[in-house]
Amino acid sequence: MDMNTIEEVVATADPAAWRPGDAWLAGGTVLFSYGSSTLRRLLDITEAGWEPVTITADGLELAATCKVAELYALPDRGDLPTRWTALELVRLCCDSFVASFKIWNASTVGGNICTALPAGPMTSLCAALDGVATVLEPGGASRQLPVAELVVGDARTSLAPGELLRSIHLPAAALESRVAFRRLSLSNLGRSGVLLIGRLAHDGGLVITVTASTRRPVQLRFAAAAVPGPGAAGPGAVVPGAPGLDAAALRSALDKAIPAELYHNDIHGLPQWRRDMTYRLAEEIRAELLGTPNQTASERA
Amino acid sequence: MAMDINGTPHGNEPRPGACLRTFLREEGMLGVKKGCDGGDCGACTVHVDGVPVHSCIYPAVRARGKAVTTVEGLAADGTLHPLQEQFLAAQGFQCGFCTAGMLMTASTLDDAQKENLPRNLKGNLCRCTGYRAIEDAVLRVSTESMSADRAGACGDAAGGHAAGRLSAASNPAADSHAAASNPAADSHAASGHAAPVQPVAGQMGANPGAPAGRAVVTGTARYTLDVDPADYPGLLHMKLLRSQHAHARIVSIDTAAALRLPGVHAVFTHKDSPRQLFSTAQHELYTDDPDDTLVLDSVMRHVGQRVAAVVADSVHEAEAGVRALVVRYEVLPAVLDPEEALRPGAPAVHGDKDAAASRIADPARNTVAELHSELGDVAAGLAAADVVHQETYTTQRVQHTALETHASIARVDDAGRLHVRSSTQTPFLTRRALCRVFGLAEEDVRVVAGRVGGGFGGKQEMLTEDIVALAALALRRPVQLEYTRTEQLMASTTRHPFTIALRAGARRDGTLTALAVDVLVNTGAYGNHAPGVMFHGCGESLAVYQCANKKVDAKSVYTNTVPSGAFRGYGLSQMFFAVESAMDELAVGLGMDPMEFRRRNMIRPGDPMLSTSPEPEEDVHYGSYGLDQCVALVDDALHRGAERYRDAGLADLGPDWAVGSGTALSMIDTVPPRGHFAHTVLELLADGTFRASVGTAEFGNGTTTVHAQLAATALNSRAELVSVRQSDTALTEHDTGAFGSTGTVVAGKATLLAAQDLAGEILKVAADGSGAAAAKCRLVPGAVDCAGTLMPLADVFKLAPTFGRTLRTEGRWGGTPRSVAFNVHGFRVAVNTGTGELKILQSVQAADAGVVVNPRQCRGQIEGGIAQALGAALYEEVRVGPDGAVETDILRQYHIPTFADVPRSEVYFASTHDSLGPLGAKSMSESPFNPVAPALANAIRNATGVRFTRLPLARDVMYLGLKAAADSVGAG
Repeated sequence: MDMNTIEEVVATADPAAWRPGDAWLAGGTVLFSYGSSTLRRLLDITEAGWEPVTITADGLELAATCKVAELYALPDRGDLPTRWTALELVRLCCDSFVASFKIWNASTVGGNICTALPAGPMTSLCAALDGVATVLEPGGASRQLPVAELVVGDARTSLAPGELLRSIHLPAAALESRVAFRRLSLSNLGRSGVLLIGRLAHDGGLVITVTASTRRPVQLRFAAAAVPGPGAAGPGAVVPGAPGLDAAALRSALDKAIPAELYHNDIHGLPQWRRDMTYRLAEEIRAELLGTPNQTASERA
Repeated sequence: MAMDINGTPHGNEPRPGACLRTFLREEGMLGVKKGCDGGDCGACTVHVDGVPVHSCIYPAVRARGKAVTTVEGLAADGTLHPLQEQFLAAQGFQCGFCTAGMLMTASTLDDAQKENLPRNLKGNLCRCTGYRAIEDAVLRVSTESMSADRAGACGDAAGGHAAGRLSAASNPAADSHAAASNPAADSHAASGHAAPVQPVAGQMGANPGAPAGRAVVTGTARYTLDVDPADYPGLLHMKLLRSQHAHARIVSIDTAAALRLPGVHAVFTHKDSPRQLFSTAQHELYTDDPDDTLVLDSVMRHVGQRVAAVVADSVHEAEAGVRALVVRYEVLPAVLDPEEALRPGAPAVHGDKDAAASRIADPARNTVAELHSELGDVAAGLAAADVVHQETYTTQRVQHTALETHASIARVDDAGRLHVRSSTQTPFLTRRALCRVFGLAEEDVRVVAGRVGGGFGGKQEMLTEDIVALAALALRRPVQLEYTRTEQLMASTTRHPFTIALRAGARRDGTLTALAVDVLVNTGAYGNHAPGVMFHGCGESLAVYQCANKKVDAKSVYTNTVPSGAFRGYGLSQMFFAVESAMDELAVGLGMDPMEFRRRNMIRPGDPMLSTSPEPEEDVHYGSYGLDQCVALVDDALHRGAERYRDAGLADLGPDWAVGSGTALSMIDTVPPRGHFAHTVLELLADGTFRASVGTAEFGNGTTTVHAQLAATALNSRAELVSVRQSDTALTEHDTGAFGSTGTVVAGKATLLAAQDLAGEILKVAADGSGAAAAKCRLVPGAVDCAGTLMPLADVFKLAPTFGRTLRTEGRWGGTPRSVAFNVHGFRVAVNTGTGELKILQSVQAADAGVVVNPRQCRGQIEGGIAQALGAALYEEVRVGPDGAVETDILRQYHIPTFADVPRSEVYFASTHDSLGPLGAKSMSESPFNPVAPALANAIRNATGVRFTRLPLARDVMYLGLKAAADSVGAG
């Protein structure tokens, strides 16, 4: 819709240019969808010319302005290391958008993360792959933090006013893991009510990332080697015993990691359903990754 | 140069915050539609440098220097793009408001993308078609030759287009739907009926396309706001300030700051409002609805009610004016729940009204209307029953979600006449309402509807016309108001929520012994359609069953919530949900097949149709009866479907999936009661073609095609030789409107009568002119065959004055006597008991529409009704929060079915000939909606053993309900 209070669109990606009443404009598919009656300027970061995807030995660098359509095309590239098996998540996550492929021609990876909806599939993807965000600060400095900690609640991020998400680094170690993907929605191809991604590392460590059903991403980490003590669960918390992780231990870990009030409650799913589905899908992931090694995520999606 | 649009440079610079859609429309590309304005519906899809985008969320400044293609640029040098041809060949549209976006999306799809249309078309919403015709269009299927008997065979079983990728936990058998639909290439025709006479092209029973088709697919069809600015010099724009409070009195409105803003011309408040109370509802008799509404009121009765209107040179200046208004309210206690509204001491929503003057049953007790009746003795009937079912059923608020929002433009001409162009189903009634409110004479007001982008009952209301008229009359400038999608969802109208406490009993032999309903209807803050929906809801839903003992206690009550209004089915969809669920439960209780139970109790020709009165409605007759055929058609189709699954080895979907089937029936009077009038003027033109002027509006209901076919049949011509002008109060005398499924049976009948007269007049002229005996003259397309010599109709036209004849006739019909139409729906479903997911394995509907005027188009009406009903059954709910505000105020919160959600349905027609309708036809537009939700609930009951009594049957609710049922069994 028209943003009728906007007086100027400024091409800049410099946080120093930001002032109250400004909003960073990437694809614009969220800003122009919800509209605003208070914003005065849009700071257009898409003309900064950031390389959408950079491949290095360390992993993948996704610019905040990488369009979803560009990300979707990524697996077709010929220069990707074949051992990055987790890249099969890319299309599964893109297809988890309630928005159609046409929106992907404009909307961006960074925009989806910064919108911080529980069902944001780029948050699911980047959090599940231990993505690390680089954030530009108004003073010229930058800081880094896990994507799983950038999104802190429904439509809430840990970004300060004027801070700008520059890129997300997906580490090679995560990209090399075997993954399992599960999603449920109240309608066919609708907005995710529950989206879980499991990742089994070469060393046997298992990470299950819960999104959509919870207000913010929740990660359960089960180390390869048994680590004594149950530990406080939360983003990055370590729970013992991936190789021997049984259903009961998984349930217990979920109990600890996700208090009832952390389950999201909106029109896209009742919290009790989201909770039960989280347990159900987590168990399916556990069984798939620790039980039957030959099945891929896409076959089950 | 700003940008290239369809190969032409455009130099204007867009405003900084403008979206591309707005800029393109300002540049004259009116084919680019505004449906949701939030990126959800896809009606605004255009190509930017060849890439499809939603132009409503694409910053216009970003298109600078790029090449934009809109629907107007799709055809090259007058040659239609292949997809445009395909959309015509398959008639892949009804109202057509979504069509430009569909075309601009589909034209970018490669073959691989076409293999997965659920995914690739989910960003294009259509509210009319149910997507089958769109799928056919995209996949290059022509449906021109579809016949009534073959219609069913064309609808394959099992959710063809819902069979895309489901969620991760879904059973792989989902993909086997496609396989199941191959054995479903079922060439079974409606059994046991004589093969119909081959229809004559362009006449009754043939499938001519909609006359507006070419305009629709080229983006040149003109909807309400698709006007040339030159026709409205000095056009001003209105925005409304809406109440934040559910119940409040306005203490003051400070307009000074707003009036000082640039571009703002005026602010209208309750002090400017005419004092005449009225109802936004439009009926032939305005006394059918309570007078409880003012153009602008000093009391706010729901969140979203108009507080004030700001008129400015532009929309953005009007918005700024709205933000600058300062309003002080005295907040009043509000009542949001209908049960609470009935309690003593509850806030009285319209306590200030006079009961008699406003026609409100009891304003102090929030009761708009009530109904109490008993036929026979229900207590005795229940006592005599072997099985008694008692349950409370609840239906939710549903929004019509026509893709074109409410909008109108008012202007006053030099002679002082008021002209209103509006998105309305009732131009004549709206004229009358405007005259009443503003004290104007009918000859001083003209109301015109352009092509209307969907209605579904939502436009049987006056929601925008009064306020733009107020402004235009005051300012003597044209004034336009367009609702946003959010305004549509939060502050227009919804389906009436019903709470139905039902008791029913049956004897072991299958006899229904008692049927009693206690109905509470929530009409919201205003009583528009409150009495009508309540009375109609309790009519055919009870009358369709023979039962000696029937009882109704019904009340329609005010609450401080968004008003309810007319919605497809007009109360019947709510009541049939309860009644048909109850019939299923009684059958289960008796151990009887539910369809057999219905067969034993449903009315048969000659049975009195009784609901709340001991005597049947005196003008409702069995003009034809096809309910028995519909029941048999659905029963047979479901059995064949189950066999197909078994034969394909797909009957077992795995341990999590429970499979079952269910059915429901419905009946509807073919015309609303108390008069429904239509007037047609039919002329032979100088070029030998015909022109019909009719009152009824076209909003995808297809009545334009029907008028042309009926006239063509009487004149032995072809539909394309009959042009139709419509929905303009200056063209014809009166038309009650396009509601109550009357387009064919009332307006069409008027046209048929006019055509029959005109045929006689033409033959007389031809006989006189040729010297042939009148009995030897007969009409043929384009000419009269005068004893073997053809006299072209253009010659007949020239000859007519010679013999003192004017080849112009009129037809009128008053909507009485009336007949009854029937629909029966059946589903086979699979429910995942572990997740609540639902798969529709088979969807079947049989309809008794009498002789079907245009089978392809009628099938489209039925498919569209099924899809809309599936939305109401599975997803849609306008939720009102604790503060009385609508929470589901954008389409991402209010999910209407997408291509991915709607299965292909098998559609069958009963073979009947109605003695009352035009050439044997009956109505078929609202009614396909009505049996869908109960059939689905019954199928889920059959699959899972659990009865769901509230709509919608969402996956989360189903899962939790199944879990609770399992727990209680475990505990028991």
